[in-house]
Amino acid sequence: MSDYNFAYLDEQTKRMIRRAILKGVAVPGYQVPFASREMPMPYGWGTGGVQVTAACLMPSDRLKVIDQGADDTTNAVSIRRFFQRTADVAVTSHTHEATLIQTRHRIPEAPLREGQILVYQVPIPEPLRFLEPRETETRRMHALEDYGLMHVKLYEDIARNGTIATSYAYPVMVAGRYVMDPSPIPKFDNPKLSGSPALQLFGAGREQRIYAVPPYTGVVSLDFEDHPFEASKAPHACDLCGDDGSYLDEVITDDRGGRMFVCSDTDHCDCRQKAGHRGRLAMPETVQ
Amino acid sequence: MTPQTPLLSVRGITRNYGARIGCADVSFDLWPGEVMGIVGESGSGKSTLLSCIAGHLTPDTGSLIYDTRADGPRDVLAMPEPERRMLGRTDWAFVHQNPRDGLRMGVSAGGNVGERLMAVGARHYGDIRAQATDWLERVEIDAGRIDDRPRQFSGGMQQRLQIARNLVTAPRLIFMDEPTGGLDVSVQARLLDLLRGLVRQMGLSAVIVTHDLAVVRLLADRIMVMKDGRVVEAGLTDQVLDDPQHAYTQLLVSSVLQV
Amino acid sequence: MIVVENVSKNFTLHNQGGIVLPVITGASLAVAAGQCVGLAGSSGAGKSTLMRMIWGNYRTDSGRILVGGTDIARAEPRQIIALRRTTLGHVSQFLRVVPRVPAIDVVAEPLLTQGTAPDVARARAAALLTRLNIPEHLWSLSPTTFSGGEQQRVNIARGFIHPWPALLLDEPTASLDAGNREVVLTLIEEAKARGAAILGIFHDEGARTRVCDRLVDVSRFAVAA
Repeated sequence: MSDYNFAYLDEQTKRMIRRAILKGVAVPGYQVPFASREMPMPYGWGTGGVQVTAACLMPSDRLKVIDQGADDTTNAVSIRRFFQRTADVAVTSHTHEATLIQTRHRIPEAPLREGQILVYQVPIPEPLRFLEPRETETRRMHALEDYGLMHVKLYEDIARNGTIATSYAYPVMVAGRYVMDPSPIPKFDNPKLSGSPALQLFGAGREQRIYAVPPYTGVVSLDFEDHPFEASKAPHACDLCGDDGSYLDEVITDDRGGRMFVCSDTDHCDCRQKAGHRGRLAMPETVQ
Repeated sequence: MTPQTPLLSVRGITRNYGARIGCADVSFDLWPGEVMGIVGESGSGKSTLLSCIAGHLTPDTGSLIYDTRADGPRDVLAMPEPERRMLGRTDWAFVHQNPRDGLRMGVSAGGNVGERLMAVGARHYGDIRAQATDWLERVEIDAGRIDDRPRQFSGGMQQRLQIARNLVTAPRLIFMDEPTGGLDVSVQARLLDLLRGLVRQMGLSAVIVTHDLAVVRLLADRIMVMKDGRVVEAGLTDQVLDDPQHAYTQLLVSSVLQV
Repeated sequence: MIVVENVSKNFTLHNQGGIVLPVITGASLAVAAGQCVGLAGSSGAGKSTLMRMIWGNYRTDSGRILVGGTDIARAEPRQIIALRRTTLGHVSQFLRVVPRVPAIDVVAEPLLTQGTAPDVARARAAALLTRLNIPEHLWSLSPTTFSGGEQQRVNIARGFIHPWPALLLDEPTASLDAGNREVVLTLIEEAKARGAAILGIFHDEGARTRVCDRLVDVSRFAVAA
């Protein structure tokens, strides 16, 4: 532990990242370039999010790390352990207890509150990338609010599928100015981006970009008047806790077509089960 | 009867590439509804001039006064970039020689046509699609191919799609760089006829760069002949072609194969 | 309607050592409304050159050419274009059209350019093509595939579709059979009757005597070589 500076990165690097974060907060949705560092984990494992977390962590923080909503998968466990070792901060799996939450591909079900920071891991920060490969051109398009192309993508979706089939990384307009990629969260989570009391920070390590949605910022999912945005989820209730309003993962249980739907947010599901809620396939309480 | 304000006034446009002249001190007025051809051989500066006027290249000196719908004549070169870009996707159009440069090859025909509408704020899918369908029919592309990508189209169809994509916002000024280049002769003819009809119906003004004198004779009201970056002769199309005054124009006209 | 005053014209051949060939000097003539004037003179005397100067595709070096009050010798291209659209008509010996455009649209085009509704323009074109004995099954074909005589009649139909106040005719009856020649001469007489000023070149002696009110011998203006 003592071999590392607090939270692994040296203070100058953290200052550099904090400056980028501040700029991002000042210009909501704008992608701020930053000098991304090599981290002791491969790109794609959340190096951007880890650097943002490192720059924000204080000794008094309580950290929660989730991967696709789960606290107990490899990615979440390694990052959580990384900060326990390098920053010696307290950790938790409870959303309401955490002061800083690093996430991959989900927003927790429990409402966030003021003072919390939600850090997203972002693979490709540029929402226009797949339509316009030139970075010089996409930056100019952002500068000039030239966003017709973004709707072309949605148009193509409808033309091909009869409906907007984009189900994750669904593009949003932040504070009426910048079109932003919300990272690959399901579009079910999009409404939670808007007006959140928490500070939302986005870090893309390989792409060297940081952007932010400050608390209580309006975030609108792009759509057409005759094909309005819909936050969809699987039409089931959680088979463990019975919640019919949370985002679900589908789990194949055997090779005869058996499957179950469970909350992707493991903390949410556990809390509900502890409170006595039961789903279709939950163990009876007496057996536990 | 004849309008008093030119749609576009080009004054003293000069653009050099280091010590080499791109185009030098070019001035002309384009009047509403007029089609102007710029002819000359490769390297004569006609494409440089077109790029400077259309905003793809910044000229070293000169001014471009455009009679905007909202505020009357304004110097396009002095406009802030957002405004210039807005002009470029609403009131102006640009048809490239190679459809690949003017189309999004990975986007359906309908999406290609609809892009300019969405760029200026159209947000009703059904309306956008209806307009795209209408425009495909106007450029003689079967509306049933609205969801096909341009890759699956022939060269002539791609060029017509590019025209539809440009004209959907009802621009007043269209720039064309060798619009019939690279097409078979019979396909060229169909495209020329289409362009003439659209120019007439929509009252379009156009600047067409080409090395094909037969094309300018059929499309342009006036022409400018360029050589080594300078305009050597300008005037009524049939006057310049039938009674050329400048040595270079005489050479150019006499070099054309008669069919 | 058409006034030519003291005009002259040289050709400078830059690619042949800069030779200057004077072709016309001091030419003057006038055509009043309702008149038909024929240009006469031997071949090479400059009849076609003078016609082209009035049409505007040849430049005039000095003098004035007034058509409906516009001086063609000095007018801006857009003024000449406007003049050709509404005031000055022309039947040339050559048909220059976009290939693959149907004959009926070629004939209707001058009206379409003026903003006439397409169905009205096509109806006028159909009437003229019928009168000039172009069979209906050819109307939808491009005239580039037609015989010389048919092309000439398409050209004439195009030249008479609008009642231009001034009309230039370059050998309108050449390569026509007797029946069609008669139709064209009638068209010219009708144009005169409605008040058109017509200037023409007619090699056909009979046609000349029938429609021309007087002749102007262009040889007078030719520069002795």
